[in-house]
Amino acid sequence: MIAVAAGPNRIDPYLIPALDGVAYGLLVFVAASGLVFCFGVANILNLAHGLLYAIGGYTAAAVLDGGWASLALALAVGVLAAAAAGALLAGLLTPVATGNHLSQALLTFGVALAGGSLLVAGFGPDDPQVRVPAALEGSVMVAGHRYAAYRLVFIVVAAVLAVALYLVVRRTRAGMLVRAAVDDPEMVACLGVSPARIRAGVLAAAGALAGAAGVLGAPIIGPGTDTADTVLLLSLVVVVLGGLGSMAGTLLAALAIGEIQTLGVALLPSAAPFLLFAAMAAVLAVRARGLAGRWRTT
Amino acid sequence: MSGEVIRRARGAVAALVLAGLVVAPWVVDDYTTALLARTLALALVGVSVALLTGVAGLPTLGQTAPYAAGAYACAVVGSRISDVGVVQLVVAAGAGALLAALTVPLVVHARGVIVLMITLAIGELVVTVLGRWRSVTGGTDGLAGIPAVRPFWGLPALASDQARYLYALVVVATLIGVVLVLLRTRAGLVLRAGRDDETRLRASGHRVALHLSGAHIAAGAIAGAAGSLLVVAQQYISPADFGFDTSALLLLGVVIGGTASVGGALVGAALVIAVRDWLFGVLPGYAPLVLGALFVATVYLLPTGVTRARGRLRPPAAPAHQPTAAEQATVPELRR
Amino acid sequence: MTLLNAQEISVRYGSLAALDGVDLCVHDGQRHALIGPNGAGKTTLLNVIGGSTRPQRGTVRFDGRDVGRLGPGARARRGINRIHQRPAVFPTLTATENVVVAALPRVIARRRWWPGGRRRAAQHLAGPLLEQMGLTAVAAEPAGHLAHGQRRQLEIAMALAGRPRLLLLDEPASGLSAIEVGRLVELLQALPRAVAVLLVEHRLDLVYALSDTVTVLRDGQTLAAGTPDEIRTSPLVRQAYADGVA
Repeated sequence: MIAVAAGPNRIDPYLIPALDGVAYGLLVFVAASGLVFCFGVANILNLAHGLLYAIGGYTAAAVLDGGWASLALALAVGVLAAAAAGALLAGLLTPVATGNHLSQALLTFGVALAGGSLLVAGFGPDDPQVRVPAALEGSVMVAGHRYAAYRLVFIVVAAVLAVALYLVVRRTRAGMLVRAAVDDPEMVACLGVSPARIRAGVLAAAGALAGAAGVLGAPIIGPGTDTADTVLLLSLVVVVLGGLGSMAGTLLAALAIGEIQTLGVALLPSAAPFLLFAAMAAVLAVRARGLAGRWRTT
Repeated sequence: MSGEVIRRARGAVAALVLAGLVVAPWVVDDYTTALLARTLALALVGVSVALLTGVAGLPTLGQTAPYAAGAYACAVVGSRISDVGVVQLVVAAGAGALLAALTVPLVVHARGVIVLMITLAIGELVVTVLGRWRSVTGGTDGLAGIPAVRPFWGLPALASDQARYLYALVVVATLIGVVLVLLRTRAGLVLRAGRDDETRLRASGHRVALHLSGAHIAAGAIAGAAGSLLVVAQQYISPADFGFDTSALLLLGVVIGGTASVGGALVGAALVIAVRDWLFGVLPGYAPLVLGALFVATVYLLPTGVTRARGRLRPPAAPAHQPTAAEQATVPELRR
Repeated sequence: MTLLNAQEISVRYGSLAALDGVDLCVHDGQRHALIGPNGAGKTTLLNVIGGSTRPQRGTVRFDGRDVGRLGPGARARRGINRIHQRPAVFPTLTATENVVVAALPRVIARRRWWPGGRRRAAQHLAGPLLEQMGLTAVAAEPAGHLAHGQRRQLEIAMALAGRPRLLLLDEPASGLSAIEVGRLVELLQALPRAVAVLLVEHRLDLVYALSDTVTVLRDGQTLAAGTPDEIRTSPLVRQAYADGVA
């Protein structure tokens, strides 16, 4: 369920999987960055994060009809719906906000379970087809190889999104607050902003990111009953590997996972099941004790 | 005085529950008996979750990983090497302990929510591996046709659901007894002290990482043994038995039961699993929806499940904590 | 015989020198007090000896061995135990259990492989220690329920349970009532002579009552050292304290 089918006309065994890995990695990056926000700023382990992505994916499947306008519409609807779901989740979390993080995580899991069930009830148990805009349906030549046009465009769009995200976090006031909050969770409390509003804002933003990833990535990790779990797992692994310290770390981890899932599987098919595990173990072994400084403060 | 009363009442309840469990297979039908056997296995995993979450202070969503390792090891041994229950139990516990030992470096230096996240990733990765490593695990189809177990050399194979259930009951009761004894040694005391104040414990000269690693491996062994019971109960296993929802259900059960109490974890986990099985029986299509709603409702009803755990640890103690203790009690799972 | 030998200890926080080349020697069974105005570096020196602060320069030798690279836990295992300014106890454990936990790392049990053997051995230590500290009545109470003074006494019991050869006391009288301070002084005076004590205290009456040697720090340097009588009459020390207070 995690493996990505390689391009339709696979000639070179390495170039195409490598490109797929980039597309996959950027997708996971956009999805995971929402989880990083949740976790870093609001200190909530959001187990419903995969659900937010799935909302975007199902929106894409329902709205896309092969035209450009439908893509824009799907993006708008998907982002808004996922952001609204995030805000709703924040509202549900309010009564247990002063409780412990264990019950918060469990609550988000309950929401994920119920929400997943609702999605299946609304869109049916079968994995829906996703139609990309007609102009992107074909393939293009990349260094002598045919490659799905949509994926190439996706790489560009996702890269733009990643740069935009970087600029927002680096250059804007809101981004500065986010970075400060990740560095020092106590600080948010001193700012005088109500924690409920911070939570709502963070979860809505995380939802928007996951929703955007879900719509744009629907042709890559399509909507289905396993989607939420898959995306949650990949995002978690990215956070574990990349830590909370820097966006560069998150990006590197996401790209590494993308390549492992595509190029790694192409190169070492027999070891494929263990590659993600091995990557996690290797990274943690190299960095021995701390992922980011915040991993352990004892 | 009231402490004595509570202790006696608790003993009486435990005896009643045990008696009920022994006669249960003759009261209900075979299908329910098989379900009960599986619930016992999951309740044992719940105990391992409680050991990590409540006693050691490492909240976990990944105990399905050693559980799965034990189950698959037992299934492979059961179909190819030996149908003796003791052998299967030891192999399964060993497999669970080995997996837990391998993941110690990932877990033992993290705290709080981060442990939740890392263990969840480990559990999900194990399920992914199970789904893909077809030559050994049979992929997503799972392993079927595992021969019936015989508890000990020379004993007959357990052919009926009742017999298998009673086997599971005996194993669970024995292992719980071992856990309760071990918790009364210095190990339990030191783990509780570490949950209170890890820095202080280290300053006293204790090797905290070593204690936590030990707890992690022991919990892995228990979950592995539970995996062997699952194989006995179902004679069929697939990756679906070890999904992320199982971990979350067990953690919820443990929180309901009061995180640090072994008996509470058993009851809580069994309750949650029973509700799930019942829901899937009566509402096939909407079970996840109702289950999710129940999750949310339960969390609202038990916003301070962990705090209650502390009260329960020491029932005779007066409830009024002083500020420092109260602070500790609200977020004991977050030792940062 | 020299038990602790700290030499040329320097600790800087940025451009501020908290300690600047301080030497300190504590002999077996000695009662050694560190005094000085606020900011003189007393607590920092205690942290360096206890292992929670690593100095930029200097060596710490304990019982003839270099312990400079060891953390607080490893030093506790070698016999350096510490009492903190704010009593650090395990709030949900009973007073007895607190002492048992503290005793475990250095307890030797005859049946150590028997389940609970070491715990039982530690338990035998706990009773007399709690009695010595006057805590027998609250032995079964969770430490979080104890009053501040009782927690301090419990922490001393815990430190002694670790069979220390050197006890580091950081302002043990802070936050105690006059009666509790009186009890504390009695307790500390009754400590076995096998335990050396390094005491940081700003109340000079306690210092003179408890110590046989006094070192005066000021601005991270040793200003004077000697017997309490010598220090009491030293004009240099009076001057330092007058400056510090002013």
